[in-house]
Amino acid sequence: MSESLGVKTLRQQRSPEGLSVVGGGTRKVSPPTGVRSVRRARRWRQRFEIAVLTGPAIIIFLAFVIFPVALAAYYGFYRWHGYGPPIDFVGLNNYFLIFNDPAFHDVLSHNAIILVLSLVFQGPLAIILALLLNQKIRGRAVIRVLIFVPYVISEVIVGTGWSLILQTNGALNGLLQDLGLGAFKTNWLSDPHIAIWSLMFIISWKYIGFAVILFLAGLQGIPTELSEAASIDGASYWQIQRTITLPLLGPTVRIWAFLSIIGSLQLFDLVYIIWGQYVASTAGTSTMATYMVGQGRDAGNFGYGNAIAVVMFVISLTIALIYQRFLLRRDTAGVVVERRK
Amino acid sequence: MSTSTLRTPTPITDGRRKSINWSHPLTYFIALVFIAVSISPVLYIVLGGFRTNSQITVDPAALPAPWNLGNYFGVLTSDTFWQETGNSAIVALITTVGVVVLGLMVSFVLARYSFRGRGAMYSLFAAGLMFPITVAITPLYIMVKDLGLVNSLAGVILPQIAFALPTTVIILVPFLKAIPDEIEEAASIDGSSRIGFFLRMVIPLALPGVVTVGILAFIGSWNSYILPLFILSDQGIYTLPLGVKAFSSQYSQDTAKVLAFTSLSMLPALVFFTIFQRRIVGGLTGAVKG
Repeated sequence: MSESLGVKTLRQQRSPEGLSVVGGGTRKVSPPTGVRSVRRARRWRQRFEIAVLTGPAIIIFLAFVIFPVALAAYYGFYRWHGYGPPIDFVGLNNYFLIFNDPAFHDVLSHNAIILVLSLVFQGPLAIILALLLNQKIRGRAVIRVLIFVPYVISEVIVGTGWSLILQTNGALNGLLQDLGLGAFKTNWLSDPHIAIWSLMFIISWKYIGFAVILFLAGLQGIPTELSEAASIDGASYWQIQRTITLPLLGPTVRIWAFLSIIGSLQLFDLVYIIWGQYVASTAGTSTMATYMVGQGRDAGNFGYGNAIAVVMFVISLTIALIYQRFLLRRDTAGVVVERRK
Repeated sequence: MSTSTLRTPTPITDGRRKSINWSHPLTYFIALVFIAVSISPVLYIVLGGFRTNSQITVDPAALPAPWNLGNYFGVLTSDTFWQETGNSAIVALITTVGVVVLGLMVSFVLARYSFRGRGAMYSLFAAGLMFPITVAITPLYIMVKDLGLVNSLAGVILPQIAFALPTTVIILVPFLKAIPDEIEEAASIDGSSRIGFFLRMVIPLALPGVVTVGILAFIGSWNSYILPLFILSDQGIYTLPLGVKAFSSQYSQDTAKVLAFTSLSMLPALVFFTIFQRRIVGGLTGAVKG
C-alpha cells in the first residue's frame, strides 16, 4: 500500500517534465565522472541480470534442442547401427540413397497430400465456424469447450479410439449396417485408396478446434467499430465479413497456415499409433517421420534414419523461410511498428 | 406483429436485428452438427467402457444395455493405472513449472532490456519452432542415454522444457512488452530494482499469458508420446500415453477394458482445460494481436 502511494507522489512531483523540482534535481546536477561510473556499474549490473535470467533457459535450449539437431546432421554422414561411436563415414551417400529410395518418395508424397489437404479442409471450415461462433449466441462458452475437446485429447487416445471405430468390425461399419447402409461398409484403415482419407478426416477432426480457437482470438482483436460503421452504411452481414473481417483476420490465418504446414511435415504420432510402422506403408499413410523412426529405431539403421531427419528438417526450414519471406514478413513488420508505439 | 410496428421508428437497429435473427437458427444448427462430430467419437470411447465385450461384438455401435461398471472399476483399482497417472502428473507438473519459470525469465529480458544480440536471441528461440522433437529424437535419445537418464522421468522432463520454450517465449514476449514503461519508471523511482520490478509487478501483470503458457505446457506434456516412447522402456515408469498404447496391445481382445482405460486417462487433461479454457482464448488473443 505505502509503496503504491509513494509511486504516486513521486510521479506527481516529476510530472512537469524538465522543471525537476524536488526528487530528481540533485541527481541531474551531479558531476560527469560520477555519472560515468554509475553508468558503467549499471551496465555491468544489467549484463549480470541478463546472464542470470537468460542463462538457464539458453543452456537447456542449446543442450536439448540445438545440439541434438546438429548431432542428427553429423550422424547422417555415417553408416551406423547405434552401437559405439559412428566410424563408418560415408559422406553424402545416405542422401543419395534417400533421393533414390522409392519408399522415401512414397512417404514424401503422403506428406505433401496431407499438407495440402489439411490447408484446404481445415482453413475455410474453421474460418466459417469462427465467424459463426463470434456472434453473440447462447452457450458460446460451452460450444467453445466442446469443439476444443478433440484437440486437448492426446494423439494416443485419438488413435486408439479411432482405430477401434474404423476397424473392419468396428463401430462405423456397425452403424452403417444399423442404418441400412451396409453397402458402404469398407476397410477404412487398410484399403490404400481410403486410408489416407480416413487419416485426413481424423487429422481435421483433431486439429480444427485449434484453428477455430486461434481465429476466434484473432476476431476478438478486430475493433467492432468498423463493422458497426459498415452496417450503419447498409452493408449486409456477409459483405462486412468479406470486406472487413476477413482481410483483418489475414495475419492470424497466415500464422495458422504456417503452424499447419510445419505440423503436416512432421506428422508422426497419429499414423504410428493407428497403423504402426509396417501397415502404414502398405495402407499408404506412412510419413517421413514414421519412416525415419522405422529405419532408425526399429530397423537399427541410425545413420540413415538421421539423414532422413535432416532431409525432413531441411524441407521444413526451406518452406518456413520462403513462407516467412513472402507471407509473414508483412505481418511481423506491422507488429514491430505497433510495438514501437 | 406488434414488435414490427414497434421497431419501425428505428430503422438502424431494425436492420441489425433482422440479420441476427436470420442467422441464429442456422448458426445453432451448424454449431450443433459440428459439436456432434467433435464429441461423438469421445462419447463412443466413454460409453464403450460401460459395455461388455459381447455387447460390442454383437453390435459395435450401440448404447450400453445393461450398463456395466466392471471395466471402469477394474481400471480404477489397478496399480498400473494409478502409477502411470502419477508418473504423468509428476512429469507434467515439473515441466510446467520449469517452462513457466525459465520462459518468464528469458521473455522478460527479451521484452524489456535493450542490449546487443537481443534480436539474435529472440530469433534463436523463435527458430526452435522449426525444430520439432521428431527431427532430433534419435540423437536426443542417445544424449539422454549418455547422461544416464534413460528410464527416469528427468530424461523426459528436461527435453520437454527445452522444446516448450519457443512457444512460451513467443507468447510471453508480447505480453511483457505491453506493460507500460511508466509502471517500470515509477517502480524504479520508488527504489525498486529491475529484478524487484520483475518479481512484484511483471509476474502479476503478465498472469493471463503465464496461465496460457502453463496450460499449453501441461497439456502438451500430459499428451506427449514420442519422447517417452524413446526414453522410457521400463513399464514401471511409463506415462499414461505409453500406458494406453501398451494396455491396448496387451488387452487387444478386451475392447471394453481398453475403452475404459482410455477414457479415464483423458479425464485429467479435459478437466484441466475446461477449468482454464477462457484463459487460453484470452492469452492467445494477446499473442495474436502481437
